[in-house]
Amino acid sequence: MASLKYESQVRPPLVDGDKNYHQITEDIVRPIEANPSRLWWIGFLISVALLMFGVYSIYRELVYGTGQWNLNKTIGWGWDITNFVWWVGIGHAGTLISAILLLFRQGWRTGVNRAAEAMTIFAVICAGQFPIWHMGRVWMAFFVFPYPNTRGPLWVNFNSPLLWDVFAISTYFTVSLLFWYSGLLPDLATVRDRAKLKWRKFMYGLLSFGWTGSTKHWQRHESLSLVLAGLSTPLVLSVHTVVSFDFATSVIPGWHTTIFPPYFVAGAIFSGFAMVQTLLVVTRKVLNLQEYITLEHIEVMNKVIVLTGSIVGIAYLTELFVAWYGQNPYEMWAFMENRANPFSPYGWSYFLMMSCNVLSPQIFWFRKMRRNLTVTFFMSVIVNIGMWFERFVIIVTSIYRDYLPSSWSTYYTPTIWEIGFYLGTFGLFFTCYFLFSKFFPVIAIAEIKHILKKSGDSYKRNMDPIERQGTDEMYHEAHAGHH
Amino acid sequence: MAIKKFVVGCFDEEGALFDAVKSVRRSGYKIHDVYTPFPIHGLDKALGLRDTSIHTAGFIYGATGTTVALGFISWIFTADWPLNLGGKPHFALPAWIPIMFELTVLFAAVGMVLTFCYLCQLAPFVKKHHFHPRSTDDLFAMVIDCSAKNNDSEVSGFLESLGAKEVNVQEAEDGWWLGRYDKEQTLLAEGNPV
Repeated sequence: MASLKYESQVRPPLVDGDKNYHQITEDIVRPIEANPSRLWWIGFLISVALLMFGVYSIYRELVYGTGQWNLNKTIGWGWDITNFVWWVGIGHAGTLISAILLLFRQGWRTGVNRAAEAMTIFAVICAGQFPIWHMGRVWMAFFVFPYPNTRGPLWVNFNSPLLWDVFAISTYFTVSLLFWYSGLLPDLATVRDRAKLKWRKFMYGLLSFGWTGSTKHWQRHESLSLVLAGLSTPLVLSVHTVVSFDFATSVIPGWHTTIFPPYFVAGAIFSGFAMVQTLLVVTRKVLNLQEYITLEHIEVMNKVIVLTGSIVGIAYLTELFVAWYGQNPYEMWAFMENRANPFSPYGWSYFLMMSCNVLSPQIFWFRKMRRNLTVTFFMSVIVNIGMWFERFVIIVTSIYRDYLPSSWSTYYTPTIWEIGFYLGTFGLFFTCYFLFSKFFPVIAIAEIKHILKKSGDSYKRNMDPIERQGTDEMYHEAHAGHH
Repeated sequence: MAIKKFVVGCFDEEGALFDAVKSVRRSGYKIHDVYTPFPIHGLDKALGLRDTSIHTAGFIYGATGTTVALGFISWIFTADWPLNLGGKPHFALPAWIPIMFELTVLFAAVGMVLTFCYLCQLAPFVKKHHFHPRSTDDLFAMVIDCSAKNNDSEVSGFLESLGAKEVNVQEAEDGWWLGRYDKEQTLLAEGNPV
């Protein structure tokens, strides 16, 4: 038995401290059962205030139309589509962590997957707002669905990347939600069975669907998780690929490039991990979960950040190279004049993007920096500022000067209602996250218990003697054991 | 669904549980189920459960999704309302791949989750008997069906000899019913010792 659970001493433990199963339940469920702290209330109320401002900004847009925004004939996609792509990108980390890392058998995902998946769902909800409200006549939003209608029936255009996006985003949201919630069922049952208050017993009884922990149910649950992970893996890659098709299949210089799908996916993982860091560095401290979300977890995610940041950097340079190598004058103009020229009107945003996304993450080559929480938090914010500017650069610098110099737009700045809409999605995102961290187990309890005897600190220490055994002895022990 | 008599033995260590499962089965007792706080690999095999076919169901749902997408789009674009989109072919298969893929995943995921809930009888307001409240925390509860044939005190003694930390006899409904978890429970005010 012992050797079946063997994991090398070289791997640092994933659960610190002297834990047993009950202690894990205690540690993770405690914040749900305790009253929220003052800090929680302050954060929550600020988020709700931002959300209200966002609701008012959308109300203005709804009543007065998209003229409330500073979009014009040349810049048809401004802040709102920038924000859409930014939020969708952030919404990639959760499914990447829970699905791809499950298939790759990365044990460290168990500490962070629950919160990252929740973050994904909230980010996708925020992202969805932008194209919907950008429609202007939002009461006709249902026109995007193919349904028999009185207009012919005039169907939607299935050959259009914008429609692919409708399907990609809505499928991604649905599948992420199902994946997240099916994983939550056993943990909600744990909260239910500990509850001593009537309303809590009732609520968690309702939410946990009557989960009992039967062996047969666990067997199906494992199979379900594995297949959902297998389905989500290509799905998560397809979503940002399809988002990039919104640009790449057009003929606008600056958008019409074949490098977009992998470049967008790498950028999405980059910004998503940064957002996970922003949230978890704070969450682990406030909820006292440092033994479950350890410095190891933070370090591993910083490694992913430096990797994906560098991939994004190569993509930026490749774009410039191909613009030059292709010798298309319009393409050259879009890249060399509108973007990479620091003295052009939006040149500053290109260099802000380059320094935030490509240069600054390079400090994560140093182990000391990867394990420094202040640096991690600061960098996670910098990365997401950079990734916002990446989308801004792609969208605005490609369209603010089109083929006719007479229609080159004036300098585009957003109105307060455009900014308000963006701030409102921050409000929505953090309101959801605050509620999640108060009412749901932010770490997958059952999954942590599952890895405890393999990767728990106290159990690993006991594995020392096994480490010194010869392979023959280990083999014999494994085969003389119970299985 | 019926009220039955069960003997419940709680274990706190996986090794002991596996040994107990083996001995109980060898002695010919019928294990109703083992309730665990987390999935224990190999326990399903030890209990003699067959593999689940839920992934096969997932494949069928996925294939249905692909077929629905392909059939629907090609019917619309070639038969119901052929649109001339820049002179491109009506049957534009490469352009449909994204939506065919998305619907494959959507059908498979939604279908599998619904199947999972149906097979495990999980839904809001579904209530089941819980043999031990700590079986979702840190105990593994082995539940033995006590039909008329075997004597519950004998089974209890046997379980104790196998290392069960806690053994008791319960008469309980073995299926599900619609109910609420805050009912029929002695609830204490928070903070009181249990």
